[in-house]
Amino acid sequence: MKYALLVHQSQEHFDRRNDKAAVAAGRAYAEALQAAGVFVAGAGLDSPRNATTVSVRDGKRQVHDGPYAETKEFLAGFGIIDVPNLDAALEWAARHPAAGFASIEVRPLLGFGSAKA
Amino acid sequence: MSESVTHAAIETVAQDSYGRLIAYLAARSGDVAGAEDALGDAFIAALKRWPAEGVPEKPEAWLLHVARNRMIDAARRKQVRQKSETFLQQITEEAASVAATQEHFPDERLKLLFVCAHPAIDPSAQTPLMLQTVLGVDAARIASAFLVSPAAMSQRLVRAKNKIRDAGIPFRVPEPPELEERVSFVLDAIYAAYTTGWESLMEIASTHHALAAEAIALGRTLTQLMPREPEAHGLLALMLHCEARREARYASDGEFVPLDRQDTALWSQSLIDEAEKHLHSAAGFKRMGRYQLEAAIQSVHASRAKTGRIDWKEIALLYEGLVRIAPRIGSLVGRAVAIAQAGEPGTGFAALKQIPADQTANYQPYWAARGHLLRLLDRNDEAVEAFNRAASLTDDPALREYLFKRSADNI
Repeated sequence: MKYALLVHQSQEHFDRRNDKAAVAAGRAYAEALQAAGVFVAGAGLDSPRNATTVSVRDGKRQVHDGPYAETKEFLAGFGIIDVPNLDAALEWAARHPAAGFASIEVRPLLGFGSAKA
Repeated sequence: MSESVTHAAIETVAQDSYGRLIAYLAARSGDVAGAEDALGDAFIAALKRWPAEGVPEKPEAWLLHVARNRMIDAARRKQVRQKSETFLQQITEEAASVAATQEHFPDERLKLLFVCAHPAIDPSAQTPLMLQTVLGVDAARIASAFLVSPAAMSQRLVRAKNKIRDAGIPFRVPEPPELEERVSFVLDAIYAAYTTGWESLMEIASTHHALAAEAIALGRTLTQLMPREPEAHGLLALMLHCEARREARYASDGEFVPLDRQDTALWSQSLIDEAEKHLHSAAGFKRMGRYQLEAAIQSVHASRAKTGRIDWKEIALLYEGLVRIAPRIGSLVGRAVAIAQAGEPGTGFAALKQIPADQTANYQPYWAARGHLLRLLDRNDEAVEAFNRAASLTDDPALREYLFKRSADNI
């Protein structure tokens, strides 16, 4: 099954992302996913300060500055992995270098391999 | 064959094998709701056909065969993907082998228990899910025991089952080091079935005994499935000790009787013996745990039936161990009372006062214990206040009356 690992973290941690150690840990994690043959896709996201949100209501485009929801934690990146089941996905989520301070939301991808029998 | 014979046969199979059948079907499809639907259809088919054809020699294999066909039909209708094809092939082969040999089909209930108590499942759904899937307890009864509406309970159960299927929660027995924590979730979920709707005053006591028998059935099942897990034996021993006192908890006029005043002749000696047997098995593994300690405390109380006295020093020591493993409020209160009863009311009261106030504000046993210890210390005005507060925090009328009586009686 394919799962998305969604990393949610505070603004404070966004500001510390270019720390050498953080960059190295992120790279090592991506390499481990590749080596295990479970990596499908992934990317880190820039600060929510640089986010712009768009919606179309009644045919009218609405654009506003900032992320979708003003909360304490923001989406900071995502990875997509292909593993046999939820326990394996949780295992990889727990190994994420941000798991020690951020929250990693694990969600199955829609329509990928879940048996709807 | 008469219909009543068929009904009796179906009832026997449902009682003996429901959980095993569900577990077997669900473990292979990853779909608990689908397994329930298919098995439900199989039981309906049995009701129709057994009166004419006779009860098959192996009713479980017959039901499994029909349920399997239903699942294949359902899967075809939904245009299955790769994984389901594999499952269908596997289940077909296994059903054939079950039919061919006289062997029993494999018992997957342990995997099902681990799925029900998976941390990815809503905690409030875990115990209900176990009761429904492993024992076949109906949703309305579960709802009433958990004091929620049947609609809310069935929604909770449906959501949990969808998550098991859609999020890909695996049917597996975890391996160490994960195993120990996951076992504790299973134990806690079973214990929650025993204590649901309950309150405690220095022991477990309540008018709501809704699911006690079911919880004990789950506990017995777990000790059969995990015979080498000491905490499974510990949990069962704990529940059996508490259950043994059911008849002694209220006097004939409905008055509440505290544990240390209960008539030991009313205790069930056979349940106590069974509890002691499991506690003894658990001790053999030399791995102490929360449930073994709690059961050991109840065991000390139970020995009053033989010795006529309660060894409070021993109880205080056991609580000390319990607090070290898990400093739960119930254990902290129990420890304070045991210290006081062992002859050191001042030290006991000091221990009680150390419990953080935010935990004690609405915790009835704390206020009852506080009243009791203050009275031992001859601080009657404060004791009255504490007993009154305890009385106002219980929903058990007999217990409330008892607490008001202690408040007024100066006993």
